This record gives sequence, C-alpha cells and structure tokens, in this order.
Amino acid sequence: MSARRQKSLVLILARELASDLATPIYIADADENLVYFNEPAEKIAGRSFAETGEIPISEWVQMLTPVGADGKELSRDEMPGGIASRERRPAHASLGITGLDGRKREIATTAFPLLGPDGEFHGIMVIFWESG
Amino acid sequence: MELTIWGCRGSLATPGAETLKVGGNTTCVEVAANGTRVILDAGTGIRGLGRKLAADGVKRIDICLTHLHLDHIEGLGFFAPFYDPECEVDIWGPPSSVRSLRERISRYLSSPLFPIEISDLPARITFRDVPDGPWEIGALRLSTSAVSHPGTTLGYRVECDGAVLAFIPDHEPALGVELESLTSDWISGFPVAEGAALLMHDAQYTEDEYPRHVGWGHASVSQAVTFANMADVGRLLLFHHDPVHTDVDLERHCDRACELWQGDGDPPELAREGLELTL
Repeated sequence: MSARRQKSLVLILARELASDLATPIYIADADENLVYFNEPAEKIAGRSFAETGEIPISEWVQMLTPVGADGKELSRDEMPGGIASRERRPAHASLGITGLDGRKREIATTAFPLLGPDGEFHGIMVIFWESG
Repeated sequence: MELTIWGCRGSLATPGAETLKVGGNTTCVEVAANGTRVILDAGTGIRGLGRKLAADGVKRIDICLTHLHLDHIEGLGFFAPFYDPECEVDIWGPPSSVRSLRERISRYLSSPLFPIEISDLPARITFRDVPDGPWEIGALRLSTSAVSHPGTTLGYRVECDGAVLAFIPDHEPALGVELESLTSDWISGFPVAEGAALLMHDAQYTEDEYPRHVGWGHASVSQAVTFANMADVGRLLLFHHDPVHTDVDLERHCDRACELWQGDGDPPELAREGLELTL
C-alpha cells in the first residue's frame, strides 16, 4: 500500500512530459504541494528533486526567497504559480531568486493551470529559466 | 460476481480461422452479481450479449464505457435491448467539459455513419457521466480512474462482497518511463488495480513491437505483467489482443507473460471469448 497520495493522470502525464524536456519545469498539485521538478530545473533551484522530495509549495518559495524588480520580497500569491493556482489562469513574471546552492539568479517564469477534461483543477505547471 | 467475456480483441473485429480460439469480437465483458448486471464496454461482442439478454427478458441494463474509441462502442447500434421499448438502459462514460456523453456517442450513432439516430431507438436510454467518487449500481460498487490512453479513458474497479475486478482494457502505463522506476502513486491506473482479485489489462504488443507503438495507448505483455505484479493482483488476464495476432501468436505471448510473472496467484492467461469466471 502506498503512503503517498495517488497522482491524477493529468499530473502523471505532465511529469512524463517534463522529465523529457530540457526546459526547466516544476509541477505542483491542487493542494499546493510541489510534487516534481525536472533535472534542468535542478540547475536553477540548486538542489535535486531527490534531495527535496515533495514539499509544500510555500516552503519551496520560502527556500528560494524570490524578489521583484524593486528588490522587495514576493509572497506566493504575487508569483505566477500562485496566480495560476488561485485564479486558474496563466501568469508570467521576471524575478530574482536565491538558489538552494546560495547563488542569486534572475529568472523569467510562466505558470499555467492544469485542468482535466471535465474542467477539474489538478495543479499547475511552471516553466522557469535564467534570464540574466 | 460472475464474469463473461463477449469480446477481447483490440482495435478492430478480427473474425477468421486464425482467431477462432481467442475470438475476434472487440471489447465487451458482462458482470453479474445478485441480480445486478453491468456491461463493460460495447465493442462488437455486445451484439451476442444483447441477443442473450433479450432472450432472457432482461429489461434493466447498465453499460459502462471506458472510452469512446470505435472498438469500444461500435456494437451499440446492434444491441438488441435498444430496440425494446420496455428496456431501460443507462450508459455511463467519461466526462467532458465540451460535449455531453450523448453528443459524443451520437457522432457515431447518426448519419452518415449509422442509419438510426439515438432519438429513434425505442428503449429508454440515459447517458451519465461517471461520478467523481465510488457509486453503486445494484449490488455492485464501482469506481474509476482516468488512465493513460489517448482521449479521456477510464479504468473501472468493480467490487461485490469483497471480490474486486479491475478492468483496464486500453492502457499504456509505462509511457516514457520504466514502470519499475516509479513509486505506485505515480503509476497510471494503480488505484484501479491495487489488490484486485482479477485484472483484465491491455497487453496488445510484444516487447519487440512496443517501441514502434509508443504513445498509441497500449501496453506490452511485459508491461502488463509488471503492472499486475506491482499492483499485487491475484490473477491477470491479457486483454485487447492486436488484430494481427493469431491464436498461435497469442499463446506465445501468454507463455512469455508466465515467464515474467512473479505473483503468488495463478499465472497470467489469455482473455478469450466465452470465458466465464467467478470471483
């Protein structure tokens, strides 16, 4: 018996896609848990998914300490992932993070909601890459 | 729970001398328990079942569709109870945010593909999206999960008095990955199959054929066995036989499945038309 929560097919297919891409991607479920990020994303996050495992997205954001263009710290709700999750729409932003390896990076990030065939919300997929 | 296989061929009905043993009709399985009868999928096998139900005077029927590919619905127009005004039929299927189940099935049961419209059928037919959670049809408790196959596709878990049937006739559980590398929570269809007494599962391709068909939505024999072993099912029936595979080919595939089988229960068997099982 599995102790972890079964993933929906939408999340399973999203992960399979992400795992075969060179585009850095992370995936969160409908309950705001980070359930996967791919190898290219590890370079930006500064740590592997094997090390972090599944964690609440709030913890993930806190670890990366994102800041806006004005240098002010961003809350989860202000980030594209938070907007996609809360408002069920795509969102984009450029921001700064501090990777888990301690390096500061400028990134661009786009998030979109994962809606199943019946319109059910399964989570979000977030693309992010170094922009500077 | 009494099960009868009326069709287990995949993709296209395949009559002929080379498929006599396993059968050529496409997917249809009858499930009966304590006076309740549910039909899983409506491939060409449902024609023979419909004749039997009409002869038996059955007036209340539920049909549960895994998905709407033609090999799973093409028998509907030839289902005798549809032409009996005293018959009441509920058709359950995957939901869509775009078109109702009736609208989607009507694309086949309408001109120019079929001479009779659904609205012309004498039976009282109701189309229902499967609910999010478990539900009951008479003595049977059903639940579904979306599984990896092109288009929205369901696997059905059917339970009665502690017996569990898992029905996943079209399924590519290892799309882009090795199943063994995944934890169970990341395996498509796992909640349907976990601990089932019997799993009817897609095994359309051999290990050699599968690489040329990645993404087509079907499993290899070895993937079916691995999936069944991981889900700890009691018994595996290899299902959805490819139209190009003869009885002789399928016997060989079954031998391979038995080599790979690591479960405690009976070794894998081929699903075949006319096979009757009791769970």
